[in-house]
Amino acid sequence: MQIIQPHYHAIARTAQDYERMAMSGVVAVAEPAFWAGFDRLYPETFIDYFRQISEFEPTRAAQYGIRHFCWVAVNPKEAENPGLTRAVLEHFPEFFAKPTVLGVGETGLHKSTKNEIESLEAHVDLAMKHGQLVLIHTPHLADKAHGTRKVLEVLAGMNVDPERIWIDHVEEQTIKPVLDAGYWAGFTLYPITKCSPKRAVDMLEKYGTERILVNSSADWGPSDPFLLQECVLEYRRRGRSLQEAIEVFHNNPCRFLGQNPKFDIKPIRVETADTVTA
Amino acid sequence: MLTPPQVVDTYFLESRHQILEIAALMDRYDAAVERSGAGGSDAAERKLEVLRRALAIAADPRPAGERTVALLELFATV
Repeated sequence: MQIIQPHYHAIARTAQDYERMAMSGVVAVAEPAFWAGFDRLYPETFIDYFRQISEFEPTRAAQYGIRHFCWVAVNPKEAENPGLTRAVLEHFPEFFAKPTVLGVGETGLHKSTKNEIESLEAHVDLAMKHGQLVLIHTPHLADKAHGTRKVLEVLAGMNVDPERIWIDHVEEQTIKPVLDAGYWAGFTLYPITKCSPKRAVDMLEKYGTERILVNSSADWGPSDPFLLQECVLEYRRRGRSLQEAIEVFHNNPCRFLGQNPKFDIKPIRVETADTVTA
Repeated sequence: MLTPPQVVDTYFLESRHQILEIAALMDRYDAAVERSGAGGSDAAERKLEVLRRALAIAADPRPAGERTVALLELFATV
């Protein structure tokens, strides 16, 4: 089955992961800009990082037949240096012009501080002005419900198109307000700290599949890119057809990411020999 | 050997994950009952009841013996 991994931190992973993903059906990944594990000090460090994910990483993925796309952002964990954020944001338009950059992300909130909120507003505003898609990170664990509410408040005060905004890392306590407000919602599968494959399928059964993106992130911490395949298996073992699984794990990413014409992978439909029309 | 705070800090997130999975199972069962308009079989209900009793045993702050022993004996009944 063909799968798209819409949130994947490839630079933290090995070529072996690409190889195994390719062998298990992954045809494309999209890499949001991420926190490096420490706070970067210089705009140039971000610029080189953006070059890495927009220029070099696609070549690494291509060796395994996987398309690689990316997003640019200053991570919310690094928003406490507003001067640095402003300096990095000035360079975004040059990256928007690159052939595999899909938009701004992952921006969002971590502790929901004043500086984080200002950074989020600046990121979203810039994205909207340049017609870019937006990927928004919501906080982990104890901060999630509060941070998600704050994200929705910030967006409600801005002139945005909800269809072009993906709010990620939703869980049972945050999915409904995100979908009700018209945004895309992302389930991020992690071994223990975020959503699990079984709980993701529970939410698919409860809320349906419209405007849902499932990903397994995978970064330099405890994470596993193949939780996405585990989620596909869980979805199928609950009686869902191959086409229904394709709708969630391939076609939904096409629908959201394809709003940027650079993402040219189209939704697919399974046909048998007797249903193919000439 | 770990200190008491180390035991909690080391295994809190993992335990949080495991409890969420159990809660999700209970929610999944309720949703299935609501969808189908019928409860589970007798055997399924028995297993579910064992799980509920198991949760109470696991959460007991002053058990008479080891919780794991009590749980394994309980699970042996289904």
